[in-house]
Amino acid sequence: MGRITLEGVTKSFDDTKVIHGADLEIEDGKFVVFVGPSGCGKTTLLRLIAGLEDVSGGRILIDGKDVTRLAPAKRGLSMVFQSYALYPHMSVRRNIAFGLKMARMPKSEIERRVAHAAGILNLTDYLDRRPGQLSGGQRQRVAIGRAIVREPKGFLFDEPLSNLDAALRVQMRLEVTRLQKQLKTTAVYVTHDQVEAMTMADEIVVLQAGRIEQVGTPLELYERPANVFVAGFIGSPRMNLFEGPVAKRNGATTLGVRPEHLRVQPGDAVVADGCEAWGGTVIQAEHLGSDTFVYVDVPGIGTLDARCTGELRVQVGDTVTLLPDMHQLHRFDAQQLAMA
Amino acid sequence: MATQQTQKLARILIAPSIILLLLWMIVPLAMTAWFSALNYNLLNSVTSFAGLGNYRYFLSNPAFLSSLLNTLVLVGSVLAISAFFGVLIALLLDQVIVGRRVVRLMLIAPFFVMPTVSALIWKNLLMNPVSGLLAWLWRLFGLTPVDWFTQVPMLSIILIVAWQWLPFAVLILLTALQSLDQEQQEAALMDGAGAFDRFFHLTLPHLARPLSIVILIETIFLLTVFAEIYVTTGGGPGVETTNLAYLIYSQALLQYDVGAASAGGLIAVVLANIAAIFLMRIVGKNLET
Amino acid sequence: MARRTPVPRIVLTSVVAWTVGLVIFFPILWMLLTSFKTELAAFSASPSFLFFHWTTENYVAVWTRSNYLEYAWNSVVISLGSTLVALAIAVPAAWSMAFSPTRRTRGILMWMLSTKMLPPVGVLVPIYLLYRDAGLLDTQLGLVIVLCLSNLPIMVWLLFNYFKDIPRDILEAARMDGATIGKEIVYILAPMAVPGIASALLLNVILAWNEAFWSLNLTSSHAAPLTAFIASYASPEGLFWAKLSAASTMAIAPILVLGWFCQKQLVRGLTFGAVK
Ligand SMILES: Nc1ncnc2c1ncn2[C@@H]1O[C@H](COP(=O)(O)OP(=O)(O)OP(=O)(O)O)[C@@H](O)[C@H]1O
Ligand SMILES: [Mg+2]
Repeated sequence: MGRITLEGVTKSFDDTKVIHGADLEIEDGKFVVFVGPSGCGKTTLLRLIAGLEDVSGGRILIDGKDVTRLAPAKRGLSMVFQSYALYPHMSVRRNIAFGLKMARMPKSEIERRVAHAAGILNLTDYLDRRPGQLSGGQRQRVAIGRAIVREPKGFLFDEPLSNLDAALRVQMRLEVTRLQKQLKTTAVYVTHDQVEAMTMADEIVVLQAGRIEQVGTPLELYERPANVFVAGFIGSPRMNLFEGPVAKRNGATTLGVRPEHLRVQPGDAVVADGCEAWGGTVIQAEHLGSDTFVYVDVPGIGTLDARCTGELRVQVGDTVTLLPDMHQLHRFDAQQLAMA
Repeated sequence: MATQQTQKLARILIAPSIILLLLWMIVPLAMTAWFSALNYNLLNSVTSFAGLGNYRYFLSNPAFLSSLLNTLVLVGSVLAISAFFGVLIALLLDQVIVGRRVVRLMLIAPFFVMPTVSALIWKNLLMNPVSGLLAWLWRLFGLTPVDWFTQVPMLSIILIVAWQWLPFAVLILLTALQSLDQEQQEAALMDGAGAFDRFFHLTLPHLARPLSIVILIETIFLLTVFAEIYVTTGGGPGVETTNLAYLIYSQALLQYDVGAASAGGLIAVVLANIAAIFLMRIVGKNLET
Repeated sequence: MARRTPVPRIVLTSVVAWTVGLVIFFPILWMLLTSFKTELAAFSASPSFLFFHWTTENYVAVWTRSNYLEYAWNSVVISLGSTLVALAIAVPAAWSMAFSPTRRTRGILMWMLSTKMLPPVGVLVPIYLLYRDAGLLDTQLGLVIVLCLSNLPIMVWLLFNYFKDIPRDILEAARMDGATIGKEIVYILAPMAVPGIASALLLNVILAWNEAFWSLNLTSSHAAPLTAFIASYASPEGLFWAKLSAASTMAIAPILVLGWFCQKQLVRGLTFGAVK
């Protein structure tokens, strides 16, 4: 079991408020990802859950039990740090076993668990090395091993993959997800890489400046962003967002359309009734083979990005018409909130 | 790290150090303050209340001002010598040298010698005007041997103390030098920086922090130099080599005047605190990280 | 530098370095030589450097005249004892300052160091009287206490400087793993800070070994360390130079050898993050 509940959690450092009343319900066994721009409070929120910082207000419950004043180790959570935070003077084996030793677990049980974790993580051959003698990916795995041997109620990850190179990152991403599904342990995962968020999460929590902007599955966030910030933050390439007469015409203060929902037609186009069509000039085109990214300057709107699958033969200076998918337009009101 | 629990624990853990040092400072100081208000002489069984008399006596003693000056001269000169030659020698040792390890061992050895021993060696074996080695050296060049402790007493003390503390500076500065970023040096070389530019713009700034450490630690010990004076000149001739520490000592243990010595002790404490504040101001910001 | 240094330059710097090294080392060397001379040769106005009558009579004389081993034992007990006690008090304090700093931490540290700048003579009389009443005069315990207290600030400062470069994450990981503060210090912090602790230890042992003021004023016979042993050879006439040299050699040899062997460890913690 590992249901984590935040009730009106706030946090201030001295006089600056960093978390402004977070309410959140994390279901048992879910993989929840915190995303948000740098400095928005992801790490702080994670450390509050871990118990490494005191909350300034509100409550934290695990499985319905109030743990707000409980010491970190007593909360039954384990944490994987961005820096891995391995004990440099201990072998991999002792690193992984340390938490169990602190819990005064019998030797035989410790050995069994360490061997099991090492097996899962492919670390069996490295058990007697020191962290300094391991590669980045291996260190990462030791950190994860240290977290899983304790069989915690939940894992807390703080950007665990950010120190790895791109290829290793993809591989570890898969491994972490697979492992979590296999263990069925609740996981809270902090990242500012939205690809990681989209691919790993059961549920994403978008944070901005210490506030929770939206909580939902990756698809919910993609299809129904609750406000302009989430709309702009989730999805790659970024959603086109603009104001002005065209937005007004569609009954919104801000109108959003994702690049993949814009069809690009060379030259002028015949417009069906009730549909939009925006003529403009290509200012840049990136041909990736599988996709083509076209940047179009549309008078009265600004620059719009469009993404077309396959190769599209356009060149800089061409006149094109952009045809948005009318079902995929996102309308936001003056408060920047999504309109029904 | 910032939970109230850990903060409370942190306060408990630092408490023994603070309490012990407070006791170590306050109890003797309070007693010293009490004695300083008494006419209290170990040779005289009658003690009476003296008010501020002891302070007046100690402050108006001409030896007081000169001891203050002597303290400053001693601390200042030794600091200057160990900083200047420390950098120079450290730079020298940072070069390619045959048998560097041995040279290093020889250079740091004086730091491990106890002050009484070094004072005795210098006084007898080296600076003795008749049989000392320096006298022999002087005669070798046809000069009249110097009677060190009579003719240049303060310089002699400075030499001895500097000999003990220079190695400490070399040790720290050399280690710092060896950590100087090789790539940075090479980049500067590529930029066409000459040896002097490199020294002033790269090496010296890099040494600012270790130099601050050297100055801080050495000052702490130099302010209270005692054994070297006690063994060699006994503060003389006259009061030429009497520093504050020695003045109080001679007041208390040579003249048995506990009252005046205590007044001097308190004055010394006040002065030391002023020195400490100055020092922290100057050096402190280099130690920030 | 990756480039080879030209040979003439190596020769030049080597000659200069050796000269400087020999000049600075010379007083110690001279003391060592003198300790093997006869008193007459030692006092001669035209010194000889190698070609004199080598004798060990001074060592024999010093050995039989005074109980060197007892003095040395006192030195060992006092310097090690005061250092270990100071370490036990200083490590928790430094942990607290490094990992749970407050607005006052810096001030406290500076205050601690400033206590070290007070001339001990200023408080000698009260300490002497307190010790006399407590029966601590001329005891090892008495010296252990004063030296521990007088070196504590330096110890705390050295350790603090070392500790604060240790990543907090690792200590927090231990906390998540269920380590109490005590275990965190013993199992994680201390092993990671071995270089810093070692150099603080060494520096303290050296300072305590060479401490003269308190040793001379608070001991007379039972607890007298080597500094007092030397003082007994400092006859005002200074007539027995060879014996003085022999006694001096015996007094500094243990700490000099220790210092030489441990100079790497001594320095490593003293550079305060300047070296990483
Ligand atoms: N110990 C602290 N004292 C004061 N302010 C802090 C402290 N820790 C964090 N903050 C502030 O709180 C805010 C949130 O920091 P936090 O580390 O949670 O951001 P983050 O979302 O994890 O950012 P990143 O993606 O860069 O890791 C920042 O503005 C930061 O400056
Ligand atoms: Mg963060």
